Amino acid sequence: MLTFITPKKSTNKLTLQLLIASVFTLGLAACNDNDKVAEEVVVVPVVTVMPEPPAMEYSYSITLTNLTYAQPLSPVAVALHGDTKMWQVGQSASVALEKLAEGGDNADFIALTSNMAAMSSEGAVPPGASVTLDISTTEPMATYLTVATMLVNTNDAFSGLTGVDISTLMLNQEKSWRLNVYDSGTELNNEALGTIPGPADGGVGYDATRNDIDLIGYHSGVVSKDDGLSSSVLTQDHRFDNPAVKLTITRTK
Amino acid sequence: MKVIKQSPIKSAFTVLALAFASSTTMAQELSITVTNLTQGLHFTPVITAAHASDNHLFMAGEMASVELQTMAEGGDISGLVNMLTNADANLNENPAMGLLAPTMSASFSLTNDSANTHLSLAAMILPSNDGFVGLDSWKIPEEAGTYTVFLNAYDAGTEANDEIRGSGAPGEAGMPVPPPLDASIGMNGTGVTDMESNTKVHIHRGSLGDDNMTAGKSDINNSVQRWLNPVAKLTITVQ
Repeated sequence: MLTFITPKKSTNKLTLQLLIASVFTLGLAACNDNDKVAEEVVVVPVVTVMPEPPAMEYSYSITLTNLTYAQPLSPVAVALHGDTKMWQVGQSASVALEKLAEGGDNADFIALTSNMAAMSSEGAVPPGASVTLDISTTEPMATYLTVATMLVNTNDAFSGLTGVDISTLMLNQEKSWRLNVYDSGTELNNEALGTIPGPADGGVGYDATRNDIDLIGYHSGVVSKDDGLSSSVLTQDHRFDNPAVKLTITRTK
Repeated sequence: MKVIKQSPIKSAFTVLALAFASSTTMAQELSITVTNLTQGLHFTPVITAAHASDNHLFMAGEMASVELQTMAEGGDISGLVNMLTNADANLNENPAMGLLAPTMSASFSLTNDSANTHLSLAAMILPSNDGFVGLDSWKIPEEAGTYTVFLNAYDAGTEANDEIRGSGAPGEAGMPVPPPLDASIGMNGTGVTDMESNTKVHIHRGSLGDDNMTAGKSDINNSVQRWLNPVAKLTITVQ
């Protein structure tokens, strides 16, 4: 076998040459193996129309590790879907993503109609801990992965990946990422009392008001009161850096 | 790229294989998108160049050229353009037609000559004294496909990071403040430091900033204009 990545034109030409070559080779091979009926051996390419295959199940095991010092991760949302991205740098966050990023509430995010399979981890993932989720689908188009979770001792920081093509994963093949932290851009990073839902504050999560730039970007990190933001409820403990999450996916079926 | 395994009709491919091999030394068509990943930094006009493997716009651990210093302290890329033009590089200048705002992207095409096998990029980050986002001599793949490269923020090592309003001219203290940034940058900072003890190009240690827009040490807003690496994403499609 051979694999070429070439312009379409050349590939077509090559395919034709290949076909001719294979027919020729098969013809020769047949002659050698079977002298008596050499004349009868005619190789004709046959196009077989395959019947609709029975519904096949695809299963994946997804393990997420919290790499931070003191940022618990909200219940982890995992979704399989078609070729789409649930967020993009430079775009506004959906309300579902805003709820996840400001309050750690992934219910709307998981319920998005574009999801073909979706689930949540049972609880938050503490610093240093890992969680494994098993997700299955029989939908052949569900070949794109999204994972999202909030860093809960922040205003609106989240980590994850979205719209990653997993169609090429072979059985038992593993793929792994180290993920950076996004800012949903929907809430100012004032780190103020009552605005942070995590244990550092116990404040309000989702607030429909969007008082930041309303564009998703990478997070600039928390400042904390120890590093010069006098009104912050956070301490030096809550600072983080990229990457914040390690994610591994294995196709198990 | 090609992966050819042994086959009974190997000889039939010899000519083809040679043809494909030779194509790798021809000019390439690149489609490039640069994304400012940050929510609080602007990039000054971006310069991107395909150049010979032994050329560098900058190297971590080496002194900045005057041309790099001029870009990193004031966003002026004309010196780098001259330098690269003299080295027969293929250039793209200023794809955003000015500042590349937070979270925004700029896209452009670049055709690189066969000798220009490596890609570099630079743009000053604002607000900063001499910070820049950079890519140093990344080997352009021969295989068609889309590649993603994440870029870090560097410090040119040519100016003290006082973090207060000042000049964009090389060798002059302070940060340049173009009009679009004027309202978001503080005033009357007393200066974070007047020393630059590491005078070689290095990974930027980040800005300190403060939470006082009219006083304090820094004119940088610490909850908006700081950053974590990476600060930019480069998406390169080799056709």
